Formats: sequence, structure tokens, C-alpha cells
Amino acid sequence: MISFSQVYKRYPNGFEALRNVSFTLETGKMGLITGHSGAGKTTLLRLIAAIERPTTGGVIVNGQNVSAIKSGAIPFLRRNLGLVFQDQKILFDRSVFQNVLLPLQISGFSSRAATGRVRAALDKVGLLGREKARPITLSGGEQQRLCIARAIVNRPSILIADEPTSNLDSDYAKDIMEMFVSFNQVGVTVLIATHDAQLLNTVQPRVFRLNQGELAT
Amino acid sequence: MSVWLSHHFHAAAAAVKRLARTPIGSLLSIAVIGIAFSMPAGIYVLLENLQSLSGQFSGAPQLSLFLKLDADAEAVAEIESYLKQHPDVGSFRFVPKGAAFDQLKQSNDWGDVMDGLERNPLPDAFVLSTRNTSAERLEALRTELMKLPQIEHVQLDSAWAKRLEALLKLGRAVVLLLAALLSFSLVAVAFNTIRLQIMTMRDEIEVSKLIGATRGFVRRPFLYFGAIQGAVGGAAAWLIISGGIYLADEQLKHLMNLYEVNFRLYHLSLEDSLSLLLFSALLGWIGAWLSVTYQLGRIEPR
Repeated sequence: MISFSQVYKRYPNGFEALRNVSFTLETGKMGLITGHSGAGKTTLLRLIAAIERPTTGGVIVNGQNVSAIKSGAIPFLRRNLGLVFQDQKILFDRSVFQNVLLPLQISGFSSRAATGRVRAALDKVGLLGREKARPITLSGGEQQRLCIARAIVNRPSILIADEPTSNLDSDYAKDIMEMFVSFNQVGVTVLIATHDAQLLNTVQPRVFRLNQGELAT
Repeated sequence: MSVWLSHHFHAAAAAVKRLARTPIGSLLSIAVIGIAFSMPAGIYVLLENLQSLSGQFSGAPQLSLFLKLDADAEAVAEIESYLKQHPDVGSFRFVPKGAAFDQLKQSNDWGDVMDGLERNPLPDAFVLSTRNTSAERLEALRTELMKLPQIEHVQLDSAWAKRLEALLKLGRAVVLLLAALLSFSLVAVAFNTIRLQIMTMRDEIEVSKLIGATRGFVRRPFLYFGAIQGAVGGAAAWLIISGGIYLADEQLKHLMNLYEVNFRLYHLSLEDSLSLLLFSALLGWIGAWLSVTYQLGRIEPR
């Protein structure tokens, strides 16, 4: 469950990225955050992962108050979240396999158990045959799938993606969106920021529309 | 517990991999550490050796009496009887000039020189140890013996040992000072190599933090890297000292045989060697810790 109550985020230069945002996304639901670029979508997602803190207001993730979290507890919060970043943050100095392995190394998995999990995650996104490849040799769509595999390899209860389809043509984008729907169908709470809500016409997600930092209902 | 162990194992393995990934840079850093450390450690070895050497001499104060070159057997007998009845003289030994000359002739390095001489340039000598060890009495005995006829020179060996002792004390202070200064340089080397590594691994660090890496997880490989680099540098210093001792020992053996002193250079003891390795590892770790603490705070996910 993700719950925002009266969240404001003001940056030191005076810019207000979020204004009085309140919403709740229940466990196992799928939500879309839409809006123009600069509407505050990314900021909202960053507050969930404690990459930034709200100026005022409360952010509750899985019953934990993230707005007042101690910095020592942040790593353990993030291990329960699957994050797909807008700028992907793929490590190009290592193979596809090792990119997906990193979250498991961080959580301290034994290498045997980790290998199985990495293969399973790569299988789910259709990259099993490319595990030894360098990320630079992957296409844009494949790179995005790599990011998704890295986000789900820890089997998080919440999956958060920031503009996962922005650089892809519509066929690839549809593939990616369907992947998120299938994760949601097995019980994962999914929250996606996108400027294009038309991609999901078969399922009915909750849609939160942000307009200049305010939630329009 | 096993998670903790596996984290440490992986961190150490990652550190070794990073060392191996830039072999030339690693070798140079290790060489710098090794050379820097071999200086105070080498001087320490030298002092330890001098210490044991001075111990061989200073046990009982010795006096050497050198007779005039033209002293005859009569004079030798006279001095001998004088020494026998002197209350301060313990035991003494007569070294005739012929014996000293033959001994030099048989040595490899001096043999040729001695063969070239027309006559024996060495004097007869007495080596005697004294019963009384106080500095004033020894000095009095020396002046007394100087007054004997046919005596060229009286050498008080314990004075030499005392001066050496004072020099050794000074030397130890120099070693401490040098070690302190060069320790600082080791910390600086570790600090800088880690700083460069952190700069090149910025992306990995940022991603790791974003997907749930604790501070410890990020720091650990760097700390291991600093400690391992320091320890290997300490080992390099040990090897440098070993090489130096090997080269010097052969030469010194001949020289010491001439003085009839059975003396070999000692290497660092096992204890000292381990201290050297641990100390350099500790300094590397400190340098890495400072660097990581200073740098990692600046890398926050954006």
C-alpha cells in the first residue's frame, strides 16, 4: 500500500513540485500517474523511495512512514521496492546477468540461490538468451526489459516505474506495459508514471492526473 | 551470520579484483608503499644488528694495547709480567704481529695487498679484559698503561661501545620520526587511489544505493582494498629489506672474520615482520576509511 496525505514538496529555489497531494493505492492495485513533463510525476515517485523527503505531509509505504524514516533504514525500505528509473541506470561495465545480480548481492544472497533468481527474472522479461551480453549491445526495448528484470529480481511487493516507455516505439511500449500488467496480476502493487495512458486499454488501472504539482480528480 | 560472512568474502574478492584490474597502477602504488616503508624498517634492521654487535663487545670492557713496531721480545715479556700482577686486569691474550699478518694474508680480499708488502706493518698487541667496569677506573688504567715503555697506543673498546649505544638511541628516534612521516605518505597513497576508484565507480555506487545497498556494503570493498594494498606494500618493503640484507651480508662476513667476530646480519624477526604487515595494512585501511568517508557522502542518488 502506498498512501500520501497532504504532501507538499518545495525545493530550495522556491519551486513547488507537489502541492497538497493526497491519494491511496491499495495493495495489489495498479496505478498510473499521468501529466505533462514537469507536473511532478518523478518527484512523487522519488518520495516513495525516500530519494527525497517531502517538505510537509506524510508518505506511508507498506505501513512505514517514509517521510520520517531514519537514513539507516532507507536501504531496507528500497529492497522491498522494485524501481525502474527514467534514465535506466544500467551499469555498462558488466554483463546483463551481473546487472540483474546486483540487487541480490546487496541483499546477501548466496550465489547459487541468486543465479536461479536472476535466470527466472530474465526469463520473465524475455532476456534469458542474452544473459552474457553486454548491455550496450541490447536494443532500447531490451535495455528497458533489463531494468525491469533488475527491479523484480528481489521479488518486491511494490513495483515503481518512471516513464518506462518514453523512448520506445508503440509496439515495444505495449509489450512493456503488458509486462507490468502481468506482474500486477500475480499480486504486485504497481505504480507507473507515464505521459501516455492510452497504452493500457484492456485493463482499468487507477489513474492519478498531476497538473502543476496538484492532483486533479 | 552467513550473510555477514558472505558480504565480507565478496567485498574482499571485489577488492582483489579491483587491484588486478589495473595491474600497472596497482604495482606502482605497491612499489611506492614498499619503498617508503623499507626505509624506516631497513634502518630499524640496521640498528637491531648494530645493537647485537655492540652487545658482543660491551659485555666485558676490553682494552687493546698496541706495541711500538720495533718492540722486542724482552719488552713483550716485561709488559706481560706487569699485566699479570696488575689488580684491575682480568685476563689477557698476546697477539704476535706474525700471527695477525698471516691471518690477513689468508683472507681473500686482503691477501693480495699483504703479499705486495715488503714487511709486516702490524704491531704486536695485547687484548685484555678488566675486572673493574667503572668508566673512571678504565680511563685511569688506560693512562697508566700508556706510560709503559714500548707502548704505542691503548684503545679502550668500551668507550666505543658506549658511544655506539648513544648513537643507537639517536638512530631509534630517527626511525620513529621517519616511520611517522612515511606512514602519513602511505595514508595519502591509499586515500588517493580510493578517491580515483570512487570517481570511476560513481555510477555503480549510485545504483547500489538506489537499490538498497547499506553504507557498509558500499564502503567495505574500498576498505578491504586499502588494507590489502597496504599489506602487499608492507610485503614489498620486507622483500626490499631481504634483498638488501642478502647483498650486504656476504660483504660483511669477510669484514667481520677479520675482527674475529662471528657476526651475521639478522633479518626482521617473525614478530617484527608480522607487525610490519599489520601496521601497513592498518595504515592502508585508515587511508581508505578517510577517503570513503569523505567521498561517499557526496554521492547521493539523483
